Amino acid sequence: MGQATRNIANSFTTSGVITSSAVNNTTISGITDINDLGGSLILISEQTASADASVSFTSGIDSTYDEYWFILNNIHPSGNTGGLGINFSTDGGSNWNVTKTTASFVAMHAENNAIAQIIYENGYDLAQSTADQEICQNIYTGNDESISGIIKLYNPSSTTYVKHFISNTQSYFASARSWHHLIAGYCNTTSAINGVIFRFDTNNMDDGTIQLFGVK
Amino acid sequence: MGANTRGFANLLNTDGTFLSGAINNTSVSGITDLPTAAKSDLVPIIGYGLGNDAAMEHIDGDRSGVAVFDGTYDAYCFTFTNVRPTSDNVDFQWNASTDSGSNFNVTKTTTDWAAGHDEGEVFTSGNLSYDVDADLTQSTGYCRIARGVSSDTDHGVCGELWIFNVASTTHVKHFYSRVSQNDRNNFLYDQHTSGYLNTTSAVDGVAFRFNSGNLSTGDIRVYGLK
Repeated sequence: MGQATRNIANSFTTSGVITSSAVNNTTISGITDINDLGGSLILISEQTASADASVSFTSGIDSTYDEYWFILNNIHPSGNTGGLGINFSTDGGSNWNVTKTTASFVAMHAENNAIAQIIYENGYDLAQSTADQEICQNIYTGNDESISGIIKLYNPSSTTYVKHFISNTQSYFASARSWHHLIAGYCNTTSAINGVIFRFDTNNMDDGTIQLFGVK
Repeated sequence: MGANTRGFANLLNTDGTFLSGAINNTSVSGITDLPTAAKSDLVPIIGYGLGNDAAMEHIDGDRSGVAVFDGTYDAYCFTFTNVRPTSDNVDFQWNASTDSGSNFNVTKTTTDWAAGHDEGEVFTSGNLSYDVDADLTQSTGYCRIARGVSSDTDHGVCGELWIFNVASTTHVKHFYSRVSQNDRNNFLYDQHTSGYLNTTSAVDGVAFRFNSGNLSTGDIRVYGLK
């Protein structure tokens, strides 16, 4: 105690103001509420991919928030691959096979200007399917090639409603194209969704981060 | 004072830094505002729970001043969670006011398009289409956010509407919305609408409704972007 009280002087300026070194992350770890002065985006967890077969979130998705955001940054496969998929679980990740109906379309533009169009993608939507929904296509292994974007999931804990989700991603398509992919759909279940998985259809997730936020 | 000093010392590391218990919710309860730089970009303003309402109005200054809709924020975001109608096959729509909600009739020009796909692929395969019947051309009518919404108990509208610089007296007021919704035929629509309120008057209110029947259930939350 003596040592602490002697050093307390180092935690104040001569005018008595608390110095920056006196308070750190540990100091404020006990604060769980500050009069709602914080923002609306609450970081729940973050995962960094490193040659992983998948990245999944099986905690933190509950009734705490009405809306959850997954922010993907520079997700990159270990080998040339078809696409990054998303699926959902109602049993904490034991199964990733929730029935979904979705719509999928993409705006694309090639670096050489050979292609510039917006199209609906019949081969990449789902009609009452339990398969993964691809949120991008043909990401290759060039070090600078990846996908980034945001997926929003609404009211996952409801036992009344189907669970809508909206995906908005931008990726570097294999043949040097900018690929803006827009998908929306719903998990056609009234069971609570409590898990979300991201995985490439082939190969591992070599790099990139996925953050899970709750929207207050 | 001696007890305080001893207690205080127990909240210090030997290097003089505070332990985790030194600051708690009570310690910061007196803080009611933060410097602008310390605030989040997206600030929750108010949430409206829907319960068989004819309309939901967000008017600047309402709710004892909690319902902010002015130049405090550069942009406003309205989020929709499972907004469901009392009547089947109705459009979810909105309008704006420049007179604190006395009238919702601001002139608008808009675009309206969607990707659609039905559960059974009974009607067609998925498609992307512009809806010439739903866009507005210098109209004071309500702007459609979602089409033919189903009243099934597990259906609804989820998504968001952004409106920019509502307090400007120089510019028109741009907006866009995107929702995922179920229609009466079990179609999933990824519905997009964008446009501008063609007025240089400040906009100080918005109203949401279905074109027939009431807002049965759901939540609409309002955020301001700093």
